[in-house]
Amino acid sequence: MTTECARPVSGGLRPVVRAARFAIAHTPALIAAGSKPRRELAARGAEEREALLRHLRSFEDAVRYPPHQVMLGALPPEALRGIPRPWHDRPVAGARAEGPAGRMVDEMEFYAWLARADAASLLYVTPEFARTLRTFGAPERIQTMAGPDLARAVARGAEPLRRTPDETVGAVVPAHEQDESLAAPMLLENLAAKVTGGLALRALLDAVEPDAPVDYLIGCGEEAVGDRYQRGGGNLAKAMGELAGVRTAGASDVKSFCAGPLHALLVAGSLVAAGVYRRVVVVAGGSLAKLGMKYRGHLAAGYPVLEDVIVGAAIDVVPDDGRSPTLRLDAAAAHRVGDGAAPHQMAQVLSAAPLRAAGLRFSDVDRYAVELHNPDITEPAGSGDVPYRNYQMIAALAAQAGEIERAAMDGFIEAHGMPGFSPTQGHIASAVAYLPHAIAGLTNGPLRRVQLVAKGSLFLGRMTNMADGVSLLLERNGAPPPGGRPA
Amino acid sequence: MIDLRDKLVLALGERDGIPAQAIAACAESAGGRVVYAATQCFV
Repeated sequence: MTTECARPVSGGLRPVVRAARFAIAHTPALIAAGSKPRRELAARGAEEREALLRHLRSFEDAVRYPPHQVMLGALPPEALRGIPRPWHDRPVAGARAEGPAGRMVDEMEFYAWLARADAASLLYVTPEFARTLRTFGAPERIQTMAGPDLARAVARGAEPLRRTPDETVGAVVPAHEQDESLAAPMLLENLAAKVTGGLALRALLDAVEPDAPVDYLIGCGEEAVGDRYQRGGGNLAKAMGELAGVRTAGASDVKSFCAGPLHALLVAGSLVAAGVYRRVVVVAGGSLAKLGMKYRGHLAAGYPVLEDVIVGAAIDVVPDDGRSPTLRLDAAAAHRVGDGAAPHQMAQVLSAAPLRAAGLRFSDVDRYAVELHNPDITEPAGSGDVPYRNYQMIAALAAQAGEIERAAMDGFIEAHGMPGFSPTQGHIASAVAYLPHAIAGLTNGPLRRVQLVAKGSLFLGRMTNMADGVSLLLERNGAPPPGGRPA
Repeated sequence: MIDLRDKLVLALGERDGIPAQAIAACAESAGGRVVYAATQCFV
């Protein structure tokens, strides 16, 4: 499906989700810039900082971490069932930093890309570090500042960049002294999102039809890019496209907390189905703010700090190619204003109702991709096994519908669920972490249907007490529905 | 069993568990006075 230029296509096309890729940046020296560590280290002082430093992982350890190998597509999620926890004690032998679902980059490559992404010339590094970064692909024009000047800049509000948590090698300076939206920590967060989303987009385009133009990019990350007059003005998608060398695409952002990516996929599928665009890529940068979010629980358990990666994603949506999984727009659901927000109501609206409307039973869906947070990360901090709680609710509704016996709920969860494996990068963990596996399973594997279910915690912004949610159904291309009627 | 009559209640809900409004409604129906209700997301 190579085209010479971006152009509308005729309407009524079935959209498919052709590919998904992740970029996983391992950034242990930036953990102190995460929201929780920043606050806790300021309050608790040097002893807490020392404890944090003692629990950082090397890049090699992060690559060998079994859940990261699942993110990279080198292991199926189900393989984690056979690996005793905690998983950081069970490194994967022969693990590589690249897999069919994406790649991991270390902190040096990440910093080199930060320098490339710095369109506003706000990033400075020491002359020595500049020389090092150029060997990792940083541009020649990278700005330098001597160590003492860096220290003065940091004292005046610049956000430090560290090679190790104790060695400052650079800084992002504020873009405006009186604008909180352009304060240095905000800018670093936004640059980190731009880089990880841009890297994921580049990985996708390098692997899948690199010569076919992208017509539209839809951003859906957790960042807020803007200034004092328009906080969260947005369109980081366009900046990611620029960084990734995509010149053919228009762009905009879709926001709904962690449910953003599924809303974006719904919009992408609709644009393709309507014939507005031929190739739409959903892109999301990762969340620097969530680095070390649960580090205190990890320290208490004697774990390494497991939230040491920033994850970007890119998802390719095109018209039916006769092979890739179909995005069933007739079986999509968005949680409505009038719907209840209790977990059973959410599951009813997002899982049960769209399946029923499509003439499907719970057991007609081979895998449910829910909130796929890694329980190794959440349980030491007291947050429990989030995916398992979500699966319990879906299984309970299947029992309530009379599809299974109540005693069969655990078996249903085993057959239709999976262990959580995603870093707690909210919007990535919300269903899309499974997409590369879903696409593989629905094309070359045995799967027929996968339901993606994502939630967004709108109430955190204090503008409503509502939550949000979206579900999408992916179906094997040309799969006959239950009963044999042709799709 | 806690008798909530004439008690002040802080209702802390969780997105994948029980929302704060549901806790607050139950507490009020049992005679408690909800002085703070917030739902949190822990992931």
